[in-house]
Amino acid sequence: MSTPLLQVRDLATHFDTAAGVLKAVDGVSFDVHAGEIVGLVGESGSGKSVTGFSILGLVDAPGRIVGGSVKLDGVELVGAGNAALRAVRGRRISMVFQDPSTTLNPVLSIGTQMRLALAAHERLSDVAARSRAVEALTRVGIPDAARRLDAYPHQFSGGMRQRVAIAIAMLNRPQLIVCDEPTTALDVSIQAQILTEMKALARDSGTALIWISHDLATVSSMAARILVMYAGRLIEEGPTAIVLRRPRHPYTLGLLNSLPGNAVPGRDLVQIPGTTPSLLDLPAGCAFAPRCTHADGMCATPPDLVRDGPRAVRCHHPVNAERAEVETAS
Amino acid sequence: MTAKDATSPLGRFWVEFKESRTAVAALGVVGVIVLLAVLAPLIAPQNPYDLAKLVLMDARRPPGFVGSNGFTHWLGTDAQGRDLLSAILYGLRISIQVGLIAGAIAFIMGATLGATAAYFGGRIEALLMRIVDLQLSFPAILLALVLSAILGQGKWQLVAALVTAQYAYFARTTHGAAAAERSKDYVDAALSTPLSAARVVFRHILPNCLPPLIVVATIQIANAISLEATLSFLGLGLPVSEPSLGMLIANGFQYMLSGRYWISIYPGVALIVLIVAINLVGDQVRDQLNPRLKR
Amino acid sequence: MLGFVIQRLLQAFVVMLIISLLVFVGVYAVGNPIDVMISPDATQQIREATIKAYGLDQPLWQQYATFLGRLMRGDFGRSFVFNMPVLDLIFSRLPATLELTLAAVLGATLLGVPLGMYAGYRPDSRFGKLVMAVSILGFSVPTFWIGLVLIFTFAVTLGWLPAGGRGATQSVFGVEWSFLTADGWRFMLLPAINLALFKFALMVRLARAGTRETMLTDTVKFARAAGLSEWTILRRHVLRLIAIPIVTVFGLEFGSTLAFAVVTETIFSWPGIGKLIIDSISTLDRPVMVAYLMLVALLFIMINFLVDIAYAALDPRLRVKRA
Repeated sequence: MSTPLLQVRDLATHFDTAAGVLKAVDGVSFDVHAGEIVGLVGESGSGKSVTGFSILGLVDAPGRIVGGSVKLDGVELVGAGNAALRAVRGRRISMVFQDPSTTLNPVLSIGTQMRLALAAHERLSDVAARSRAVEALTRVGIPDAARRLDAYPHQFSGGMRQRVAIAIAMLNRPQLIVCDEPTTALDVSIQAQILTEMKALARDSGTALIWISHDLATVSSMAARILVMYAGRLIEEGPTAIVLRRPRHPYTLGLLNSLPGNAVPGRDLVQIPGTTPSLLDLPAGCAFAPRCTHADGMCATPPDLVRDGPRAVRCHHPVNAERAEVETAS
Repeated sequence: MTAKDATSPLGRFWVEFKESRTAVAALGVVGVIVLLAVLAPLIAPQNPYDLAKLVLMDARRPPGFVGSNGFTHWLGTDAQGRDLLSAILYGLRISIQVGLIAGAIAFIMGATLGATAAYFGGRIEALLMRIVDLQLSFPAILLALVLSAILGQGKWQLVAALVTAQYAYFARTTHGAAAAERSKDYVDAALSTPLSAARVVFRHILPNCLPPLIVVATIQIANAISLEATLSFLGLGLPVSEPSLGMLIANGFQYMLSGRYWISIYPGVALIVLIVAINLVGDQVRDQLNPRLKR
Repeated sequence: MLGFVIQRLLQAFVVMLIISLLVFVGVYAVGNPIDVMISPDATQQIREATIKAYGLDQPLWQQYATFLGRLMRGDFGRSFVFNMPVLDLIFSRLPATLELTLAAVLGATLLGVPLGMYAGYRPDSRFGKLVMAVSILGFSVPTFWIGLVLIFTFAVTLGWLPAGGRGATQSVFGVEWSFLTADGWRFMLLPAINLALFKFALMVRLARAGTRETMLTDTVKFARAAGLSEWTILRRHVLRLIAIPIVTVFGLEFGSTLAFAVVTETIFSWPGIGKLIIDSISTLDRPVMVAYLMLVALLFIMINFLVDIAYAALDPRLRVKRA
């Protein structure tokens, strides 16, 4: 296999709050290859979004990256100077956020915002910049792009706004786009459209995607490989279809079983007992142990991530369940 | 004790407040000044209102001067021979009195008006708020100036002028907060229970309106004190028999040009310290209560 | 758009009418205006003649009607004290106040907004904290006190600048302006600074608060993710976003500054309309008081109107969509 495009090793991001140190990301390692779509799954507070931000060095105070490495084509990003990071952001790695109504500036036309994103990396004439912007908008499926360039964000629907954000992210043809729950804030019908379009865009331009979501269904339809996070740590990794059919980690199994789509009619919905631990006060051993039905004394020591071919699991007692296929959105 | 240990909202507020040394210091200063003002009749070396005790020969003397009655004037004397330290203490007393009373009345009037407008809605709300908005765009000082001129001099006339100039801020803040609250789901939920509407307003809506009101109140008290001083300086407001700090400063203005600075400067310093301290406290309160600054 | 303008004009007219009534009643109904105009030992005959001449014997509503009628013709009456038409009196003093206010307001904004943005961008830096400390002083300290300190420091102790009065003027379009002469600036500097300080503090605090809030939004984060430099973000995104509340306050505070000129003009003996109103109040020169208040009200209505237009220009969400 060729060198991975992105190599994340032992990434740790902590938040210094008044109540203590919050370990949002606690030693996460994974690779992303060129053109690959990787899904990063977890519930709220699992650290998936912070991982995404950490890759681009966009963690706001009181958070900071306390350790680990993020290498893009072998070049280290953690601790890199501002100029180096700015050269990467928007040009080699882009990001799409969750809520397009807050990411686009309401008082600037989208043409202006796109021009700013272009000007950050290239010197272009007004005409050239405009045509690049029109081309990007057309590619994401916005009709009458030339005229819409002078419109303002509030004149677009939610789905269109997200398309604009995606267009901005793809303007400079990045090698990797980090997508942080980009469809969560949209109507279900639009969600499906955006998913299909992004998948096609990524394939056509050879861009790799890190698709961050709490929604297993969307991730499973997008990503070839899936990473599951819990309480700031990576607990399971592997090809999507296989992980969803034969999960190894009890948490993943519990998550899949609790999906309403998998419920047996007439029976109670399955739940994982207990709640996610506070990131201020993580248990000493395995973070999932308090809620795990398979836990024992061994789980008082933190388990390592054990690799087995394309799969990896962080558990002392991995399960070997065979499940029916999860309903995926196509 | 960390923020998560304190249980009541007030307790949590205080813990966070303590983290700003400036704010705590300012609060301390305000406390000391208020204490001095309240105790003024007891601790002032001389009663500046007692005209009989004034020795004209001792007028305009510099700080540290020992008067003809063997009395040390630590801050000097003013044009009438009044001990400046005593005059300042009494002046602070009046300034704080007027500021607090005017602020309190404006608060009650304005908050009631704003809440009423928000409660009734519709045309009543539109009309009331239009009046408030119009008045807000008129500068407080002009209003106070003209009202003072029309009503004449006197403490209650001054309070009336100040209240008229300030109630609009409270009204608008209350209306804004109440209107935002009433559209929230919990109000619908509460109104659908057997609780009376008045109870909903007082027990549920108003407490949520308090944070911005507290911020406005702190600012407005400082403003009232400042406005009163300005009016007194211009010769309106309080009568000569009750010298406020503004009047002391005004009286001393002409002497400043000839080098006898203390008559104006010391009362001025006292006034500034009071207002700045109140504003510093208000600043910290405002930052703490601003939800958009929470990270 | 036209409908908007007409609606506002009608509103303005109604408001002016109400204000004229309030002002008239407030000023004329309290106290006895006749006492100002004639000496106390005038005979009863002269007294009655003067009362008749000024129409003060008529019922209040009739006086008001006459007042309104004259207003329509642009006649604000004559000053009791100066014995000249009020309008002429006011307009002769207006330029002085206008130039002072403009200098103060422009200076305060051009200096205050950038400093405030810096303080909001780096709230924990030493300079940022210093700016905030100065702004608290400018905000809390009453204007008259700052004026005193300025005079004491620069005029009395250091002797650099004059302590009062207005400098040499130059005539443009028949109006005397002093900012066109160097000498005029010597006299205008201290009162302008005095007047500007409060506004400056306000602008600093607004810019700081707005910048601080905006820097935490997703808009800024997204712009950073696109590779924009911090400078570009501040200049193109943050500034545009905080411009809306700043412009609003700028407009509203312009009127307030005009009013505060009253204090500054008194301290610095600046011959503007502020000093005029103070003198009129103490001498109970009612026609001047009425005219001043009405003109100020008119000015405020105009300013509100302009601010609304600027608001729509700055925030595209408020613009009426064209069919």
